[in-house]
Amino acid sequence: MPDFITQTWPWWISGTLIAGIMFFLIYFGQSFGFSSNLRTICSAAGCGKKVKFFDFNWKSQLWNIIFLIGAMMGGLIAHQFFSTDAPMVISENTIRDLESLGFAKPTSVQPKELFSFEAAFTLKGFLLLAIGGLLVGFGSRYAGGCTSGHAISGLSNLQLPSLIAVIGFFIGGLVMTFLIFPLIF
Amino acid sequence: MKFIKFLILGIVFGIVMAKSEVMSWYRIQEMFRFQSFHMYGIIGTAVTLGVIGVGLIKKFNIRDFHGNPIKFFPKEKSTARYLIGGTLFGLGWALSGACPGPMIVNIGYGFLTMIIVFFFALVGTFLYGLIKDKLPH
Repeated sequence: MPDFITQTWPWWISGTLIAGIMFFLIYFGQSFGFSSNLRTICSAAGCGKKVKFFDFNWKSQLWNIIFLIGAMMGGLIAHQFFSTDAPMVISENTIRDLESLGFAKPTSVQPKELFSFEAAFTLKGFLLLAIGGLLVGFGSRYAGGCTSGHAISGLSNLQLPSLIAVIGFFIGGLVMTFLIFPLIF
Repeated sequence: MKFIKFLILGIVFGIVMAKSEVMSWYRIQEMFRFQSFHMYGIIGTAVTLGVIGVGLIKKFNIRDFHGNPIKFFPKEKSTARYLIGGTLFGLGWALSGACPGPMIVNIGYGFLTMIIVFFFALVGTFLYGLIKDKLPH
């Protein structure tokens, strides 16, 4: 594989491709919003029998579930064919800040302090992952969208609600990073 | 066969999330600590091109693949739900370092503990559906 494929892709390539994906989805009569899949999966699992919010024709969202399956395959392909063992390069300042919270210098894409099996199967490690997921799932549906639906699709259509949601994303992210991280790590 | 195009777009999305490292918890930390331009560059480029493209679609009434006019639906007006929901989402995004798309990409990449995060994201979505009528919207 050529180097420009295996090394970290620059931001402008990534941003351009994301916009491209959004426009292809629009051209195919759909829209770019990933977190809808969470509701669709709940509905497909039968939650519609008990909770009205999940009582809809989830099969109309099958295209997005296929997109989700593709995304998983994309992750697999990127790892198997387009990656190297080169260490993850991030800002020196971030490395220093994270070291003071007890995170070692990055060796791979994800910190082993959170995502290794050893970490995830301690009580604390499990709770961190579970609460993180719970907040993302609850928050994205409450806000009516996630990064793709609000920050990309919504802002592209100049929607004020999406701007409010993105401001919320940052309020939450900054509170977690600067106020809660020092308490939990 | 009508779904293959969505599969291909999903694969491209997954590769982009992985190769530009949007799937990385470290990149999300860099972003929230304002210590790197990377994530801002990605979102900024996508939104800039998005605004231009959506504007052109509206101006020239471009039709979609099926020949139907492309419509954009305005999001319903509210502040509470976007601000509170967005803030809860942001708390989870910073903690787990992944929004829903990248969670799935991580699982495909081989970070299997992300299955825990994704499972609880489903639980969170279910809880929202359960109590949504009691929440301010």
